[in-house]
Amino acid sequence: MKALAARRHDRRAPAMLLLLALLLVGAVYAVVAPSSAEAVTKTATADDITAGEKLFQANCSTCHGPSASGTDSAPSLIGVGAAAVDFQVGTGRMPMQMSGPQAQAKPVQFTDEQIGQLAAYVATLGAGPAIPTAEMVDPALGNPASGMALFRTNCAMCHNAAGAGGALSQGKFAPNLWETTPTHLYEAMLTGPQSMPVFNDANLTPEEKRDIIAFIDEQGEGSPGGLDLGSLGPVSEGLWAWVVGLGLLLGISVWIGAKSS
Amino acid sequence: MSTPHDHDRDLAVHGDGHSELPARFDNPGLHEHQPRQADIDPKTNKRVERQVLALFTLSILGTIAVIWAYFALPPGDTVGSMRLSNLVLGLGLAVCLLGIGIGGNYYIKVLMSNREYVEERHELRSSDETREIAVQMLKDGGEDSGLTRRGALVGAGVTALALFPLSILVPLIGNVGEDWNVRKFKHTMWKKGTRLHTDPTNRPIKASDVTIGDVWHVIPDGLDKVEHGMLDEKAKAIVLLVRMDPRDIKSDQSPEGETWGHEGIVAYSKVCTHVGCPVALYEQQTHHLLCPCHQSTFDVADSCKVVFGPAKRPLPQLPITVDDEGYLIAQSDFAEPIGPSFWERATK
Repeated sequence: MKALAARRHDRRAPAMLLLLALLLVGAVYAVVAPSSAEAVTKTATADDITAGEKLFQANCSTCHGPSASGTDSAPSLIGVGAAAVDFQVGTGRMPMQMSGPQAQAKPVQFTDEQIGQLAAYVATLGAGPAIPTAEMVDPALGNPASGMALFRTNCAMCHNAAGAGGALSQGKFAPNLWETTPTHLYEAMLTGPQSMPVFNDANLTPEEKRDIIAFIDEQGEGSPGGLDLGSLGPVSEGLWAWVVGLGLLLGISVWIGAKSS
Repeated sequence: MSTPHDHDRDLAVHGDGHSELPARFDNPGLHEHQPRQADIDPKTNKRVERQVLALFTLSILGTIAVIWAYFALPPGDTVGSMRLSNLVLGLGLAVCLLGIGIGGNYYIKVLMSNREYVEERHELRSSDETREIAVQMLKDGGEDSGLTRRGALVGAGVTALALFPLSILVPLIGNVGEDWNVRKFKHTMWKKGTRLHTDPTNRPIKASDVTIGDVWHVIPDGLDKVEHGMLDEKAKAIVLLVRMDPRDIKSDQSPEGETWGHEGIVAYSKVCTHVGCPVALYEQQTHHLLCPCHQSTFDVADSCKVVFGPAKRPLPQLPITVDDEGYLIAQSDFAEPIGPSFWERATK
């Protein structure tokens, strides 16, 4: 073991160990990659409207105005529908805690029941898209192949070909879609939150929206090739090849060229 | 260039005032041979031998694992089974090749004799006699072939050989880019009355179905009927359709007396005027359209003017209107060639 012990003190050893550890972590991650979360189902009744209004006045009216008709700092909520509320509040984007390029997803601030009450109240302000039913967003009922064709044309330019997300202008970005629940995906397409445009039911029919959800659901299974490196394309793959791949080759070359003790 | 005297003085200057350098260096010879740990210590020797043996055995096991995985773990139909199959095949192959490579190198470095040997080079120059014979043979051969007397023949032969590559090069270069007809870059499939269809579902678009904040990816009606070069036609004709509050529209590209939009619905070419990437990252709130390749940003609310990035021209607008049934149709083709610049762009 002396030869090995001597090499352990080599100053290249930590770098090699780090590379090996990276490889190991990657391989383990590829095997035990997390799968996507399950769908959320909820029901809202007309009785909740009063409770919803109270919640609205306490939490939302500062920016959106006491009558929800909007202020200089926030848009009107009349006619945005229950789907917009369920998406914005259900993903933690609202209530917004600080201003910035865009409202970011964060831990959800309300219970499912409270979100339902808020959505019920906002839905009474004006006609708008409703929260989709569980069947409308069930990935198992969608056709992922058709979803891929639609995703490629309508979504991939911002959200990346595999839904990994991507940058927009001036600090805005299109988020990763893998952890988003099917209901929230559907609501985002329907309501066009923030920078995202609207894809109404004439543009993408409810069945086509479900196909897209099925395609995104397929991405949760990971890449058949193994490590997907975040599915970010040439940036992460190039970094991996140049740093890890060439680094290993250099390390091996140095080892082959070094004299034995 | 310099006399011996000058030369000496130069050396003395560079020698930092030390004693003068010798006229000729002696060959320092090889380093003294340093025995390795495994050369002296039989225990180390044995241990390294066992390690190399283990590495080669590992390689054999790797090969067996690859063959086993090929039969026992087919890729199957699910992502999980494909990933497992690829992972085991890849790891097996890595172990099999790394075992041979590392084992072989380890053996050569540590166990194989590393005593230095010196082999003197033999003289490269042939003997005078051989050289004379060779020259004479060339001369005789030249005489024999008769080429030394037939200058015109040699000239013609060399010319024929020199021209021959043109028979390959001219068609090869001529075929680059299929053909040299640049006129087709100036026109697209759009013409008066062509309906706007959705991409890829190929449905006509009713103006009343387009809501504010929408973005539609549009292809011309009849694209699916194109038999030759469908993708080329599609690449030229793709259009992005958005609707915004008409009060938000600062300007569009319609000339005096014409209306190229329809109640806040505007359609612009999706081909970037920089190098032709599809520009489709539409930010609904700012009405900015971002090109993913080089971050050129266009303001859809203001004639698609360039607000950032390397593009130099606005995206061309497709003049649209509605037909009797309320479907969106084109008024004409684009008024200017779409996409990046090319030499003949300005000519008609």
